[in-house]
Amino acid sequence: MTVHLTTLLAIIGMGLATYASRISGLMLMRGVVVKGRLKAALDAVPPAVLMAVITPTVFMTGKAEALAAVATALAAFFRLPLLVTILVGVVSVVVFRMVLH
Amino acid sequence: MSFRFSDFKAGVTVGWPMFLAYVPIAMLWGTLAAAKGFSPLEALFMSGLVYAGASQFVAIEMWVDPLPIVLMIFTIFIVNVRHMLYAASISRHINGIDRRWHPFLMYILTDEAWALLERQALTQPLTLGYYLGVALPLWPTWFISSAIGAFLGHALPDPALIGLDFAFAAMFIAILAGFWKGPRTGAVVIISAVVAVIAKTYFSGAWYIVLGGLAGVAVAALTYKEAAE
Repeated sequence: MTVHLTTLLAIIGMGLATYASRISGLMLMRGVVVKGRLKAALDAVPPAVLMAVITPTVFMTGKAEALAAVATALAAFFRLPLLVTILVGVVSVVVFRMVLH
Repeated sequence: MSFRFSDFKAGVTVGWPMFLAYVPIAMLWGTLAAAKGFSPLEALFMSGLVYAGASQFVAIEMWVDPLPIVLMIFTIFIVNVRHMLYAASISRHINGIDRRWHPFLMYILTDEAWALLERQALTQPLTLGYYLGVALPLWPTWFISSAIGAFLGHALPDPALIGLDFAFAAMFIAILAGFWKGPRTGAVVIISAVVAVIAKTYFSGAWYIVLGGLAGVAVAALTYKEAAE
């Protein structure tokens, strides 16, 4: 169980950089009245970012992942519970990978 | 608004599948860290303090002797810039929570916790108990699993073998579906996806999330009409 000084310093630096990214969004919004166009923009953050996050997995990885994404989206479309939807995704990606590889 | 245990339990009920998904991913990170010379204690520190999966994988990738510390810290910040969007968006839903909690609530705001919290905020304001119930257990799950991974080393199977690498994407797809509000959302997600593909092709790191996300947000701002309120 050892901790090297340079490793520790690097970790602290990375921790500060990460926390800065998290707290700055909150500080930016302090005292800002959210309405109109700004509200429309902020309301779009979740769908826009979630889409961007999944894009490489869904569209740029392979057929198995793309098909599993379709299966997951169908499960979500039929309003299955979150856990069931995740299971549909995980099971279908395993099946599609076995079938397609 | 004060802490209510029933809210905490409601949060845990929603968040626990993510605890399960965090375990193998954190253990995988721990094995990679161990391969770069991390002790389990160092892995524990890094996962506890940095607590951002994607950037931790990038950092381990960059881990060479001598450490390019400045470049690493800069890269980590870039990979994590998306958190600014999360925090800005979630800040609107935590007005009912005592402001003294806010700095800590931001500390534990991961991609998965954020997505689950936004989903809840669609229908009701966030309470302290619910926020902590969703986000807090993920934190020790992540750093303890990292240390175990570093301790066990390469004896672990690849999470991809049982499809667990897809669990996060599946959850994001499920939550994304809840944000569908008609053609306007369609325009937002299409532009976001197109820009993310382009960004992923030409830039390394997590720029695709930031650029795709901002492009989608820009579409929403540009197509906004006063009457639509």
